[in-house]
Amino acid sequence: MSQLATVAKPRRNTELLLLLLALSVGIMANALVNLNLGRTFDNDFYTQAAILTGLSLAVHFTLRFRAKYADPVILPTVVALNGIGLAMIHRLDITTGDSAGPRQWLWTSLAVAAAITVIWFLKDHRILRRYTYISLVVSVVLLLMPLVPGISAGDVNGAMVWIKLGPFTFQPGEIAKITLAIFFAGYLSSNRDLILLAGKKIGPLQLPRARDLGPMIVAWLASVGVLVFQHDLGSSILFFGLFMVMIYVATSRISWILIGLALMAVGGFAAYQIFPHVSRRIDSWIYAFNPEYIADASFQVVQGLFGMANGGLLGTGFGQGSPETVPLANSDMIIAALGEELGLVGLFAVICLYALLVARGFRAALGTRDAFGKLLAVGLAFSFALQCFVIIGGVTRLIPLTGLTTPFLAAGGSSLLANWIIVALILRISDAARRPLDLSPSPSNEQQKEVPTL
Amino acid sequence: MNQAIRNSWIVAITLFALLFGSISYVQFFGADALNANPSNTRQLLKSFCSNRGPILVDGQPIAESVATDTDCKYQRKYNDPLLYAGLTGFFSKYAGQYGLEAAMNPDLAGTSNDAFFERISQAFTGSVPQGLSVELTIDKNIQKMAYDMIPDGVAGSIVVMNPKTGAIIAMVSKPSYDTNLMASHDKAAVGSAVAELTKIPGINLYGSSAYKQVYAPGSVFKLIDTAAALESGKYNKDSVLPNPANMSFPGMTYTLPNYAYGKCYTQTEASFTFALENSCNTPFASIALDLGQDAITAQANKFGFNDKSLGIPDQVVASRFPGSQGALDAPALAQSAIGQLNVQATPLQIAMMTAAIANGGKQMKPNMVQTVRTPDLKTVSSLVPEELRQSTTPEIAAQITDWMVSVVDNGIASQAAVPGVKVAGKTGTAELGDGLNNAWFTGFAPANDPQVVVSIVMPKVDVATGAQLTSPNASKLFKAVLNK
Repeated sequence: MSQLATVAKPRRNTELLLLLLALSVGIMANALVNLNLGRTFDNDFYTQAAILTGLSLAVHFTLRFRAKYADPVILPTVVALNGIGLAMIHRLDITTGDSAGPRQWLWTSLAVAAAITVIWFLKDHRILRRYTYISLVVSVVLLLMPLVPGISAGDVNGAMVWIKLGPFTFQPGEIAKITLAIFFAGYLSSNRDLILLAGKKIGPLQLPRARDLGPMIVAWLASVGVLVFQHDLGSSILFFGLFMVMIYVATSRISWILIGLALMAVGGFAAYQIFPHVSRRIDSWIYAFNPEYIADASFQVVQGLFGMANGGLLGTGFGQGSPETVPLANSDMIIAALGEELGLVGLFAVICLYALLVARGFRAALGTRDAFGKLLAVGLAFSFALQCFVIIGGVTRLIPLTGLTTPFLAAGGSSLLANWIIVALILRISDAARRPLDLSPSPSNEQQKEVPTL
Repeated sequence: MNQAIRNSWIVAITLFALLFGSISYVQFFGADALNANPSNTRQLLKSFCSNRGPILVDGQPIAESVATDTDCKYQRKYNDPLLYAGLTGFFSKYAGQYGLEAAMNPDLAGTSNDAFFERISQAFTGSVPQGLSVELTIDKNIQKMAYDMIPDGVAGSIVVMNPKTGAIIAMVSKPSYDTNLMASHDKAAVGSAVAELTKIPGINLYGSSAYKQVYAPGSVFKLIDTAAALESGKYNKDSVLPNPANMSFPGMTYTLPNYAYGKCYTQTEASFTFALENSCNTPFASIALDLGQDAITAQANKFGFNDKSLGIPDQVVASRFPGSQGALDAPALAQSAIGQLNVQATPLQIAMMTAAIANGGKQMKPNMVQTVRTPDLKTVSSLVPEELRQSTTPEIAAQITDWMVSVVDNGIASQAAVPGVKVAGKTGTAELGDGLNNAWFTGFAPANDPQVVVSIVMPKVDVATGAQLTSPNASKLFKAVLNK
């Protein structure tokens, strides 16, 4: 196994500098909202600025103590995204009279606290490998929860993915994303030799043995199950994509991708034929501007497109557009709201932030020395990329719109919580990747199990 | 393993690249198309409260945006709305958009390409964005005079235009209504106003204009038969036409009677001069039967019938000949040739036809927008006379003019005469049954150097009333425009 040598420097001061930049983005955005919508700078504004600064610094100091070699770019990137999201949600609250802002602040605090907890108590990501099969069980339980009568929140916007916990609603699927990644990473890092070496070779394709296909089939069934029973096309694509990229990285076998894509094509086509909600979604994507769909099925996406077109190259500016005319503007459609008010230029910057975050995740994967860490980091980083693609692609009508959250931007507690935990895990892995070799404690004998470099 | 990670990274970056592409399309390359999408109400919603440019007649605003002290910063206001409703139309949040307000919206709202530099400078100076102003070719006095000529209770229209430029000098229709009722920001008030207005017979909120309403043109259509006859080469100015009192068709009981109110019955054959002076029916029916439906249709099209693409700049409703699909049988063609049956024309179309004859066969594109200006009065565009089509040859136009002069001098349009000016004219009475007619006059003056075309229609009146409301009024309008 190779790893890329990085000069072993903590770079925490770099992070602090970038963090100040990121904080100013979020706080200035909030200030612009207040200015442009004629709101006074009341105590709320200063409290919020203080909270965001406090939360970011708390993570920063946790890293100084517990993971001082962690990648310095990741935290500022996430803080900037979260800050922009909070500003936009606040801006939409003002026009719609909604109160998603305070909830988002609460969840941001909870999520950051969870991230700090993970960084503080999880001293080495390889510990998670012990929980491979527990993670599988937890994933299954989490995915089934929305279907259990009593805690199920029922059908929300066409999908059964919510549960009710007292006054809060929660999307357990978001957390399942993490536990599934842990399971796949653990399972694949342990079994990759077997999967790699056994099986028939047909031409350039090394086909897996039928028994090794088991997990693939399970993952496929889980994805299809999510689609069939919860009507959640986005999560279904996300889970399956997550598994595909991890098995590919574990085996370097293109054949797995081909089998996966074939299964997906079959599943997708069958779903299109069988389930009216899937076919309706596809049709309203292709024929979005048809009078038949424009007022109803494709209303949301078309209104989003009109908003983005209205923003154009430079955007209308915070508070100057009318993003509130798009349904679900502060969650599913927040990209359209940002596109309208910040313009093409602003949205490019936001997507660059995501690309940067994903790039740093991949960099951690390249640098870390154990297969489990590599797989987990790739899985988590790729899940961000895929999630961005599915939701932003859906909003811009590149692909059919499905209800995935936009990481860190969209209003929604479960998504924030899950994504901050993912960031904590990537930070932890990046710390392992960048730490000088001799400092690396090995809680298990992972290293000897690694197969030579492929 | 690291190679696979790098490959996955390429996949991830490809996904982001696709997103950059789709966002660039939505917000830049395809943005204009999305903004112009008819289902896109964003620009529209925004402009209800914005400072739209005024519509001006003789320098005075007939439509303007006035500042309010509500959240919605500007309110559209129409001055003299009854006089101009058929031109301005209205810009309503709750009842839609119509007329110039709709057709000139990009300029009035300041979103057109013409307004691009204006937008930039407004962005830099921080001034309140204001749309472009639109000055009309309308003459306020003529417009008022024409409007007052239509008695209450008659759904008439009058069009006055310059045959050499196509500029519309006046265009009025009755019954009219107060467009301010539509522009209100009070949804309930607009709703009840719409309900009230639609109860009034003759009011069509989205079509009460001289370029939207169609009427049977009756005898004024005979000018087109005449042009077709001369153009065919089968007839010349000295041709003798059959003029039976009743035209019968082989194998049918239907007969087409000649015009009852002139001297038509005095002779069984007629020259063009006689047939036009007395507006006889059968000579023109026989021309149409001789030349065939296609020749008449072709000539009608050359005068602007069946043209669905004309905008002044608002879309003009196409006038129709023969008005129904497929081939006409002989009686139907005969009736169509005298502007009856399913033939329908807007008053504007009749004015355009007349203007083409007046202008040596050259039909100019009618228009009512003189200039478009920025708020600081820089001219963005101004009316350039544009030839629409050659409707007939200069020789034929001159010949028809001669005959139209004799219709006024010696014929049934004598009341259109103006002392000291040669007037060319043609009347029409399209029979609607029950003794009611569409009474028409169309003509121009001076015949030797045409300055003004007047077309008048007074629908659903008896013959005597029709005669009173058409030719004498045309005479007054000629006088007013020519300052005689």
